[in-house]
Amino acid sequence: MKETGRKDIESSSDTLIIGGREFHSRFILGSGKYSLNLIEAAVKYAGAEIVTLAVRRANTREEENILDFIPEGVTLLPNTSGARNAEEAVRIARLARELGCGDFVKIEIMRDTKYLLPDNQETIRATEILAREGFVVLPYMYPDLNAARDLVSAGAAAIMPLGAPIGSNKGLATRDFIQILIDEIELPVIVDAGIGRPSQACEAMEMGAAAIMANTALATAGDIPKMAAAFRQAIEAGRNAYLAGLGRVLTRGASASDPLTGFLRD
Amino acid sequence: MENQFFVDSEYLSPEALEKKHRLETDPSSRINHMEYLPDMEQIDSEICSKVMEQMHSYDYSRYTAKDVRTALQHETCSVEDFKALLSPAAEPFLEQMAQRARLETSRHFGNTVYLFTPLYIANYCDNYCVYCGFNCYNHIKRMKLDMEQIEHEMKVIADSGMEEILILTGESRAKSDVKYIGEACRLARRYFRLVGLEIYPVNTEEYRYLHECGADYVTVFQETYDTERYEQLHLMGHKRIWPYRFDAQERALRGGMRGVAFSALLGLSDFRKDALASALHVYYLQRKYPQAEMSLSCPRLRPIINNEKINPLDVHETQLCQILCAYRIFLPYVGITVSSRESAAFRNGIVKIAATKISAGVSTGIGDHESKYTGKEKEGAEGDEQFEISDGRSLQKMYEDIAGEGLQPVLNDYLYV
Repeated sequence: MKETGRKDIESSSDTLIIGGREFHSRFILGSGKYSLNLIEAAVKYAGAEIVTLAVRRANTREEENILDFIPEGVTLLPNTSGARNAEEAVRIARLARELGCGDFVKIEIMRDTKYLLPDNQETIRATEILAREGFVVLPYMYPDLNAARDLVSAGAAAIMPLGAPIGSNKGLATRDFIQILIDEIELPVIVDAGIGRPSQACEAMEMGAAAIMANTALATAGDIPKMAAAFRQAIEAGRNAYLAGLGRVLTRGASASDPLTGFLRD
Repeated sequence: MENQFFVDSEYLSPEALEKKHRLETDPSSRINHMEYLPDMEQIDSEICSKVMEQMHSYDYSRYTAKDVRTALQHETCSVEDFKALLSPAAEPFLEQMAQRARLETSRHFGNTVYLFTPLYIANYCDNYCVYCGFNCYNHIKRMKLDMEQIEHEMKVIADSGMEEILILTGESRAKSDVKYIGEACRLARRYFRLVGLEIYPVNTEEYRYLHECGADYVTVFQETYDTERYEQLHLMGHKRIWPYRFDAQERALRGGMRGVAFSALLGLSDFRKDALASALHVYYLQRKYPQAEMSLSCPRLRPIINNEKINPLDVHETQLCQILCAYRIFLPYVGITVSSRESAAFRNGIVKIAATKISAGVSTGIGDHESKYTGKEKEGAEGDEQFEISDGRSLQKMYEDIAGEGLQPVLNDYLYV
């Protein structure tokens, strides 16, 4: 049985700590499909304390600029979507800081417009540069253990492996690899992308994920506030199950009724 | 019924008329449309042969309702599935295709609709393309804006709230050279967040220069992928060289552009084959340049000044809708633009299904934004339009209409990096 009490659980209050900041919510709103209704519902009903913002989407004179609609107390997580390599990501992160978005940054580097899969190598390079500049860096990544270790060395504040391709609502397609990251990496592991329903969010939390990021699942729901509330409940349930310690799982090492060591006499 | 493209102008000299008639009637008077001219860069790409092979072997009459049903059941639409969806056998399944297309659109783009406007800065043209209002034998008011006039146009457009602009010229290197277009891009960067270009195809290094001037997207319409038909419609000028045009998007990407747009002009040839080839052009190029943003449109022929008879023939709104749904299902990650050639009702409907970008506040004339936007009488000259538009809604009206449909109008979602 996996032990409870990971390093991100400071006390019984069970807070999530990223970049020295404490969060009580483990739901993070992604930026894919943006609307002001969605932000409102995510904060109010899903309890989001971190909201992602695509810097390129804030680059507008529109009256409805997303920056003006971030409620007080919510931490902005600008992302570098649109970046195709480390240099572009660094430039976008610096621009975000200039725009007054704070020091948090989610690195997204894609060289593929079809699947929007992250480029781990470039992401490691960007993480190194931005962490050195004092950013709190949350890299979006393909769940690869070696890359995750490099991200830790590069100074990441958390890692954000994808559950399935962005917007696919396919859930934890990379489940086994995310579990390895949770088991091995000493940073909060936030499952990002692909979470399509509350049950999948719940499962990730049971596995020991520190938080869930989702967007499309809410954005495309029939009733956005209701779905936001459902995610909150699912994430809390999964988190509680993780903290409580799940019961025996026979597939992870059998528990034989006749122990192999039964022959030992003392 | 065949389109009646040829129109003689009384303003042409007897010599010009004679040359025009010779070009129209005597194929031997025309240059080889498949042979690059000396100043045209050749990139030896394999994309063209892949697309053409598929197009030539496409026999859409062979597909049946069963093929269409199978295609709609597949999670990933294969090339073969796409061919079924474009075939006449798919027409009875249009509603099902629209439902599926809507799902794909919302999955990849949410409920957003991007808005842009074109800005024509010159309408001089060296080509004789028989269906186009700008063709060099058509008697229209010609004009090329200088930088001051361009800036004035841009101010008027930017004041309306627009953040994305598509700069267009007629295809005349002599009148609108690359440097002139580059200067226009530099100006545009000051007034707009996103600058696209729809100009004559140029070489890789010229695309690189234009990118450095601030443009990041390039649109080139192939018009038709049927090279024989192309030869009969593009009788004179650089544009006559079909393969140089085909490789334009690839050269643009090599020159550093972020995105490229494609299209056939439906009504020129067999529209199903042209639709297939356009989408495969995107499909194969995306596999070769996976970082590139791709978009498609499918304009239909429209009447032009001095020729009201030009029309899209057998491509009715139903067929157009079928093509757009098939595009969306086959290429769910690709942007789809629907221009003001189509009616307001059609555009309102199609943004709910497949389209992700539409134009607003459109003029296809030169230097007339102020008079068109404000009704104020223009003091200086204006240049004539390329074609008649159908949907004349202003940006504000379009914004309200889209929002009213429960969709989200987006003026810009882009950074030049």
